[in-house]
Amino acid sequence: MKNLIALGAGLLFGAGLYVAMMADPNKVLAFLDLAGAWDPSLALVMVGAIAVSAVGFAVSRRMQTSFSGQAFAWPTLSKPDLKLIGGAALFGIGWGMTGYCPGPGFAALAINPAEALPYLLAMAVGMVFWDRLAVRGQTG
Amino acid sequence: MTIAWASFTPWLALSGGVLIGLSATLLWLGMGRIAGISGIAGSLFSLKAASGDRAWRWLFLIGLIAGAFIVHLLTGGLFEVRSGYPIWLLVGGALLVGIGTRMGSGCTSGHGVCGLARLSMRGLVATLTFMGTAFVTVFVIRHLLGFGGSA
Repeated sequence: MKNLIALGAGLLFGAGLYVAMMADPNKVLAFLDLAGAWDPSLALVMVGAIAVSAVGFAVSRRMQTSFSGQAFAWPTLSKPDLKLIGGAALFGIGWGMTGYCPGPGFAALAINPAEALPYLLAMAVGMVFWDRLAVRGQTG
Repeated sequence: MTIAWASFTPWLALSGGVLIGLSATLLWLGMGRIAGISGIAGSLFSLKAASGDRAWRWLFLIGLIAGAFIVHLLTGGLFEVRSGYPIWLLVGGALLVGIGTRMGSGCTSGHGVCGLARLSMRGLVATLTFMGTAFVTVFVIRHLLGFGGSA
């Protein structure tokens, strides 16, 4: 059941990214380019996505567990800190350099592998690099 | 600022957003997990997650790749595939995306969609920060350096 839910959610997410044209980095960069010919479309992607998921999160506050019986994994941290801000700042720079955030990077894999493959590999290297660094920081 | 009304696609954007919201809702109400793509991918790459926790993450990502591809085939392609983009921008940027999303515990989906939808202060701060640096980065690349496509 869990695996079926995950597959279904993945299909919906990928379809949504494609319909919203977020798998097209030119579209994303046209949104991020305030000084050029600005395309405001992606703001409406956020509006639609947030409005629907806000209902989901509100409903879950009245539930004991999720439908599969698994507990809700509420994020544990609540206060912003420097790691959050520094990480988000680096992520934004990378997003602006490429036109892909992680979801669209995966969504583009079968559509534009010539870009998505090097993007995803380099992203994975960056992730593993940070995780190693963080582990070293904790033990040393 | 000039607005590109010709390429503005409000209905596609809203419908795509609604589908993404339905996905996040299904994953949360169905199994209690946040639809944060960098978190889901990162815990697969980190080799730390227990094996029972890996299957659903792979299936989510496979579904995501397939979902986008299926709509691409059904619609005959909504956009032209980008080619000839400078590889150093693509790879350098992707490295920063990888480091930044692990350091900051999330990306556009986890912070921008799920975080804002549950009124999280961390989600709001992260979203304002990465939107801000993304706007500045595109300005620098396109208008100061003259790289990366239309100016």
